[in-house]
Amino acid sequence: MNVREFDVAAVTAAVRDLCVTANYDLPVDVYDALKAAQESEESPVGREVLAQLVENADIAATDRVPICQDTGFAVIFAEVGQDVHLAGGDFEEAVHEGVRQGYGDGYLRKSVAEEPGHARRNTKDNTPAIIHTTIVPGDRVRLTMMAKGGGAENMSSLNMLKPAQGWAGMLDAVVETVSRAGSNPCPPVIIGVGIGGTIEKVTLLAKKALLRDVGSTHPDPRIAAMEDELLEKINALGIGPQGLGGRTTALDVFIEEMPCHIASMPMAVNVQCHAQRHKTVTL
Amino acid sequence: MAAKKITTPLTDEAVRDLRAGDAVEITGVVYQARDAAHKRLVALIEAGEQLPFELAGAVVYYMGPSPAKPGNVIGSAGPTTSGRMDAYAPLLMRHGLKGMIGKGLRSADVKQAMQDEGAVYFAATGGAGALLAKRIVANEVIAYPELGAEAIARLEVVDFPAIVVMDCHGGDLYAEGRAEYAREV
Repeated sequence: MNVREFDVAAVTAAVRDLCVTANYDLPVDVYDALKAAQESEESPVGREVLAQLVENADIAATDRVPICQDTGFAVIFAEVGQDVHLAGGDFEEAVHEGVRQGYGDGYLRKSVAEEPGHARRNTKDNTPAIIHTTIVPGDRVRLTMMAKGGGAENMSSLNMLKPAQGWAGMLDAVVETVSRAGSNPCPPVIIGVGIGGTIEKVTLLAKKALLRDVGSTHPDPRIAAMEDELLEKINALGIGPQGLGGRTTALDVFIEEMPCHIASMPMAVNVQCHAQRHKTVTL
Repeated sequence: MAAKKITTPLTDEAVRDLRAGDAVEITGVVYQARDAAHKRLVALIEAGEQLPFELAGAVVYYMGPSPAKPGNVIGSAGPTTSGRMDAYAPLLMRHGLKGMIGKGLRSADVKQAMQDEGAVYFAATGGAGALLAKRIVANEVIAYPELGAEAIARLEVVDFPAIVVMDCHGGDLYAEGRAEYAREV
């Protein structure tokens, strides 16, 4: 068996670039969804907001400045091939160093407070990153950076439901989360829903769900139908762009599911603002 | 939408003239302040000490910018969630604050204080920080530079676009707009 030697300095360089470009360039699927919403939105104020968001994305991409001043907590998903030997240093420190460099060189805001329960001191380099590593077959390293802003993250929810509540209970809880959030998370939002697993796993499922392309259809037609039903109910709330009233409250809803304990029905909702910034590279 | 042109500092008359749903373009000085700065401002008022800026007629912008690139006045500069400042806002209004720019819901206490004191709440578009930065023509940190993005800055804005979401007459576009477009499914 061949083991691929892989210098973690390449991880630092890749994470640095991901942090900068993810914050400057809105993914094309999100951009297209905002443009499409401009056509379909009935509220004049809503259309004006959507027009501003499209123009804002254009300015950010052209001027090479952040889409939003909240350049987020750096959430890094690392898929490491099991035939890779990470050499040359500490892998997680290499990720943190990439975040440090990206947030410095890219003029991104440092939004991480240490000792949050008491001192709340800014760490001044946006570290630590949140790192989720999985070991996968192969000899590649796949890195995804998500810039997660505070305003939308604050509106997320964890719901330990009863199995008897079923889909109806989950549907109500998701819609209630979005309804309560109102204008706070910068709608139109994107909603990641995790179903199943355990308390820590279900929230990770909800976050990973946000990595799907806006407008994509879940391969399982039953889940795709659940997503459609949720999107319809959310967009019937009337919250609209920036909460000022309108049809476009969410651009999309993504569900990820896994088995859970027979006694449990965990369900998590991760709310994401319209500035859905993420980028992936395979090394 | 035709926007009303308004200038800061705000007079009582100008505030009374604004209604939820009005599009405005703001020109003049606004003060950047968010969580940590508000905590300090309220502590100063409670201690009877002087504030770093004149509160009478003032407009605060709930915002913490990204760092300015060389040659730029400011980095991206969109609003942050206003609700986190709800605990502090009524006291500031009682001491003369007339306008708040931010995004998101406000508490019942804040809405009541806006009616009692005559103040207005504007929403700027959250997540449009690159666009909004272009309407900021001067930027000077005037207090708490050690707070970084949370420092208080004196910003000069020109035709800064916003929507009146809550007025001093009890109007609330978040509630009214939502009711207008909500439907049964």
